[in-house]
Amino acid sequence: MKPFMCDGLKVLYKKEISDHLRSKRFIIILILISIIGFASIYSAGIGIREVVNKENNDFIFLRLFTSSGDSIPSFVSFMSFLGPLIGLSLGFDLINGERARGTLSRLLAQPIYRDTVINGKFLAGTSILAIMVVSLVLAVGGLGIILIGIPPTLEEIGRLTVYLVLTILYIGIWYAISLMFSLIFKQTATSALAGIALWLFLTIFIVLIAGIVANGLYPVNDHPAIDTVLKHEAVKRNLSRISPITIYNEAMTTILNPGVRTMGLIMTSQLEGAIASSLPLGQSILLIWAHIVTMIAMIMVCFAISYILFMRQEIRAI
Amino acid sequence: MTTNYIIETKNLTKKYDKLTAVDSLNLKIKAGEIYGLLGPNGAGKTTTILMMLGLSEPTDGEVFIDGYNSTTEPIKVKRIAGYLPDNIGFYEDLTGRENLRFIAELNGLPNKDLDERIDSVLKRVGLLDVGDKNVGAYSRGMRQRLGIADILIKNPKIVIFDEPTLGLDPEGIEDILNLISDLSRKDGRTVLISSHLLYQIQKICDRVGIFVKGKLLASGPIESLGAQVFDQESFILELKADDEGDRLFNIINSIQGVDEVTKENNKIIIKSEIDIRKKLMKEMYENNFTILHLKLLERELDDIYKKYFEKKEGLHEALHV
Repeated sequence: MKPFMCDGLKVLYKKEISDHLRSKRFIIILILISIIGFASIYSAGIGIREVVNKENNDFIFLRLFTSSGDSIPSFVSFMSFLGPLIGLSLGFDLINGERARGTLSRLLAQPIYRDTVINGKFLAGTSILAIMVVSLVLAVGGLGIILIGIPPTLEEIGRLTVYLVLTILYIGIWYAISLMFSLIFKQTATSALAGIALWLFLTIFIVLIAGIVANGLYPVNDHPAIDTVLKHEAVKRNLSRISPITIYNEAMTTILNPGVRTMGLIMTSQLEGAIASSLPLGQSILLIWAHIVTMIAMIMVCFAISYILFMRQEIRAI
Repeated sequence: MTTNYIIETKNLTKKYDKLTAVDSLNLKIKAGEIYGLLGPNGAGKTTTILMMLGLSEPTDGEVFIDGYNSTTEPIKVKRIAGYLPDNIGFYEDLTGRENLRFIAELNGLPNKDLDERIDSVLKRVGLLDVGDKNVGAYSRGMRQRLGIADILIKNPKIVIFDEPTLGLDPEGIEDILNLISDLSRKDGRTVLISSHLLYQIQKICDRVGIFVKGKLLASGPIESLGAQVFDQESFILELKADDEGDRLFNIINSIQGVDEVTKENNKIIIKSEIDIRKKLMKEMYENNFTILHLKLLERELDDIYKKYFEKKEGLHEALHV
């Protein structure tokens, strides 16, 4: 039994991978993020070339990714903005699409376990987006080296690797969300729209709502007590951390910018005696450890919900 | 009971909330036969099939396919049973051949000889020359035939069809029915067909079951089903003659055993207790009539079906086989 089960997963995985690679949707996304990636790195590179040697040269290579050029935002902010789109567009019709085309019942009539289907799809999707992100960063990194002529240091490579892991997790969350939507909604169009709605909500509205709630609970007037200000900020920050976008942005800023030593408000008294230098990689990771765990948990929760829905759903439910 | 039943359901029941889709179904299908599960839409045919394949869990009762319990050993069942769903879908951007290869791989068939195997099933369903075209370009009939190839590739003992003739043109229906018939007659597989299109299915079925509202009303060979329904009823003749005047009616009426003579759609319909064909021809010959058309109307499934609905509950009790 056992080897056979693995075979089924392997066959499905292979098929899903080739489906993704052949789909027009994948090609469009790839072209889109390539153009944006190269453009942002190019403009950042040009900018850095002019200031190099004039100011602080630490972590120059990382600045390729984080600094923005004249008119184009930085690479990382593009990825933060477009990541959800990549995840959602790869996954929004995973299950309901198969159902609509009538291939799901044919698939499940084969001697495979039902969860093989959803496992295969999830693994294939995450592999695809991992490959996409890694190769994109490698390619634009290569362009960056040519532009500024300075190779990355070992620590920069380490930080970029953590950044890659974060980005894959981030897009993975959106992929898991879209997988979940493809099970909740019967129509592919509905699940796509639901995904986009959630994306907009978590990008724009959650911050607004967090602000309103914080204002209501701890109003900050003209002469606020320090206590109120701190609580206000804490509520606002924690509420907006419901959104994976906030979490990802915090984590990636910390990891790509060694100068960041804390998130949120900090008082001068707390900074007393701190040595003015950048954090080592290990310390930066320590700072975002909770973020990484939260992101993994978000993926697992979405996948678990999808898994249960899929296992319990009646095939008949058409 | 020495008969080997390859498909057997025991008090199989499926309830969706308040609706009972399948109600204590006891169905027995012998190895190698073609069984037609007939009933109107919404009778619970598809639900029954899904439970047989372990794709849906019964609320109560059990299904055994070749000795395996479908609910607890679905993988073993699905390895020996092929299923053609009513709205079968293929991966449109793959070729017919690639679709078959994917299914073969999912079934763990050895890669060796797979190409020849795919060729041979494609040839059998008559799709060899379009095997390398994308399925997106296939017609409905071709898809249905590819569906049969899809089943054949795994060489199953049991084949289950859900509305195989739906939406096909007459020629397509003929093709599909021949292919299905061969699955049993040539290969010795057991075939279960679910359909609401009785007259199409009756040509190839060994036995049929009438399935209405989750209950099996009757089961058996078509002739015996007919006899069950029409037991005290009469022979019905359809007649056309050169002169269909009153004189002819009088002559027919005078024949012993004739119950009723009516005219329907330019044909004379004669109901009688016994077979009067011989006597009728003699009488007509002697009175100088020419017979243009004479046919003993067969009891088609449609009639049986209609009868069941006319009599409904009372008959259901009387005819439980």
